[in-house]
Amino acid sequence: MQKSPKMFFDEMQLDASKLDEKQVRHIYAAYHDWLKDIPHHQLESKRQEAELLFRRVGITFNVYGEADGAERLIPFDVIPRLISSKEWSKLSAGAIQRVKALNMFLHDIYHTQEIIKAGIVPASILANSQYRPEMFGVDVPNQIYAHIAGIDLVRTSESQFYVLEDNLRTPSGVSYMLEDRKMMMRLFPELFRRYHIAQVDHYPQVLLKNLRAVAQHGIQDPTVVLLSPGAYNSAYFEHAFIAQQMGIELVEGTDLFVRNNAVYMRTTQGPQKVDVIYRRIDDDYIDPLVFNADSMLGVPGLLSVYRNGGVTLANAVGTGVADDKATYIYVPEMIKFYLGEEPLLENVPTYELSKEADLQYTLEHLHELVVKEVQGSGGYGMLVGPAATKKEIEEFRLRIVSKPANYIAQPTLALSTCPTLVEAGIAPRHVDLRPFVLSGKTVTLVPGALCRVALKEGSLVVNSSQGGGTKDTWVLEDTDDETEVLQSLAALSKEPKLNKNTKNSKVETVC
Amino acid sequence: MLSRTADHLYWMARYIERAENMARVLEVTYSMSLVPNAAQSEAALWLPALEISGNVDAYEEEYGDVNAADVIHYLAMDADNPSSIYNALRNARENARAVRVAMTSETWENINALWLEFSQFIGQDLAKSGLREFCDWVKARSHLFRGVCFGTMLRDDAFSFVRLGTFIERADNTARLLDVKYHLLLPEEEEIGGAVDYYEWSAVLRSVSAFQAYQKIFSDTIVPWRVAELLVLRRDMPRSLHACLDEISPILEQLSGARHTECRRLAGELHARLRYGKMQDIFQHGLHEFLSDFIDSNNLLGAEIQRAFLSINAS
Repeated sequence: MQKSPKMFFDEMQLDASKLDEKQVRHIYAAYHDWLKDIPHHQLESKRQEAELLFRRVGITFNVYGEADGAERLIPFDVIPRLISSKEWSKLSAGAIQRVKALNMFLHDIYHTQEIIKAGIVPASILANSQYRPEMFGVDVPNQIYAHIAGIDLVRTSESQFYVLEDNLRTPSGVSYMLEDRKMMMRLFPELFRRYHIAQVDHYPQVLLKNLRAVAQHGIQDPTVVLLSPGAYNSAYFEHAFIAQQMGIELVEGTDLFVRNNAVYMRTTQGPQKVDVIYRRIDDDYIDPLVFNADSMLGVPGLLSVYRNGGVTLANAVGTGVADDKATYIYVPEMIKFYLGEEPLLENVPTYELSKEADLQYTLEHLHELVVKEVQGSGGYGMLVGPAATKKEIEEFRLRIVSKPANYIAQPTLALSTCPTLVEAGIAPRHVDLRPFVLSGKTVTLVPGALCRVALKEGSLVVNSSQGGGTKDTWVLEDTDDETEVLQSLAALSKEPKLNKNTKNSKVETVC
Repeated sequence: MLSRTADHLYWMARYIERAENMARVLEVTYSMSLVPNAAQSEAALWLPALEISGNVDAYEEEYGDVNAADVIHYLAMDADNPSSIYNALRNARENARAVRVAMTSETWENINALWLEFSQFIGQDLAKSGLREFCDWVKARSHLFRGVCFGTMLRDDAFSFVRLGTFIERADNTARLLDVKYHLLLPEEEEIGGAVDYYEWSAVLRSVSAFQAYQKIFSDTIVPWRVAELLVLRRDMPRSLHACLDEISPILEQLSGARHTECRRLAGELHARLRYGKMQDIFQHGLHEFLSDFIDSNNLLGAEIQRAFLSINAS
């Protein structure tokens, strides 16, 4: 689908087709000035250095089904994505608002279901396979279901951001936000002197504080653990990394057992009670007695203890019903319903193929739409109309017609691009943004995000399973006004100055 | 700490130590093969290396004849040999990876780097060239591993299990090495303390970094019974059996705390044997008998440690 690059908003240039022109967006001015004097081979050697370091640290993921030694790196791009302080304020407020409403929705849907009674969300949602009847009537501490939420954002113009999807089950990628930053600071220390970049490395501490806060009432010094499927899981590095950063045990299902309505871990000094489980195992595998009976990953009896309040799970069981693509369309309405506020972030206009008119329209416009499976994730089960062959479109058409309610369709968004180091030099590649919203006593997020980049020219699919890479995201502190820009430009020729801690370096709190 | 974590740490250390000892055996055998006028045949020279690793049968099934090139490949690189250096290092790294959280990042990165570096030797014909460099590299990485643990890890249970793994494995290896060598090098009709080829015994000493120590302590010609004393009873000799138990016994005391564990008792008993034993008595009883008994007890000790702290059903 090679379209003219002019069609896409570029994060650095006003006009992506003229890479050398100095019409850069003002937040990128200092960066661009620096970049234009750096020869390609120097950037390339930095990229290689990063790869070597990532390998040494073992920031790798396993590819399922391949022989050992097949540990892969998620490609890392050395050119950062910059976000101005003003943009960030808007995005973070919007993401926080959204997560608050989603948590209220989850509490409601598993209790009195007011939103269904009000006719805002159809009762058919209760038939969604991600709705867990086991959770009905269960009270979770602080009424928080999605303790960690990844909100996927895309941009189509200077002022237009959309929420592409909410990730409320076991969202991943935060380790890349943290490790990419460490890497950038190591590779390009001079840039960190020139820009005031908000810090992100306190994320694990905020998360730990939140997790301790959601232990059952009355527990003084709760034991928090991270439950991982184990070293062969593709996200194992992230599990290990976060557990280490929080100083908590990284456990596997076999390390835990249930006794007397409590969960214990097996230690060298005998059983030790566990109060909060940050679990990175899907609902389906968490308790073989209730869900997938073949699962070796979970803990038999865990759900029963959980329902009786003997342990806290983060995220809660049953959050999938709120981030399902069929539920997504109702989120703006939820925000109005629960918070009485106007949504700060927009949804992508979405066609529900269970509706006759939407189905009709979609089938007539398949070549220009993106069609997604409602319960799909990871970029599988998806049709990108403009990039698909006639044959692919016709095959997908049959799948849609046989089960229309399984699909939604959206216009192909002109995702913004960001300059990216590729073999031939620096070229625009499409990006998205996933900030991580943390809910504890308050709802917060650290000023940063996972930025995923589709490395293939023209590709709009940023998932790492589909060849996507990552970039460091720099949330800038107060560089929006002219004087700051001039100062940062002037800093290029003067003595570099140190980062000062201003507004965004603290955790943003809105609650 | 989690039993599973302790288990991985313990085995990580055992495998690193195993790789080091295997490298030492290969290196010493190789240097003996370079001694001019070596009276022994190639097979006779390399068979002990297989015996020390305890898998002559498996080798013969796969390769048949004992010759330098095959033994070197089998012990260093063979992916089908569970005790090859390749597998020991791979297992060490897999164990480390499973519990990377429980160690310092320096320790983890060190082991990960070890494994990444190892790939440079894969596919290399070590029998033709580079065996010595390879063995030196393995030893150096093992030293580095212990150093990074010692220099960066908190002195908690995790550290204790790492140390435990190192010394249980080392005790086993030293006992095997000595047993195989003693058995072979001492002609039956010859009396203990008789003339034994200087080169072969000095090679044994070098294989456990004890050659200089021997010279320093005894300042005399090398005689087998002193070699045995050095490697069994001398507590100041870091690879001796006594030195290993000096480490193991207090660790088990501390880990057991108020618990009465069989491993603690067993370690105490073994420790006492080495601490109060006399070389004369050991020889009178037969060194071979003593060593094979030690190897069995040490294995049992390993099993009891497993039972008390490490197995998933420990609680």
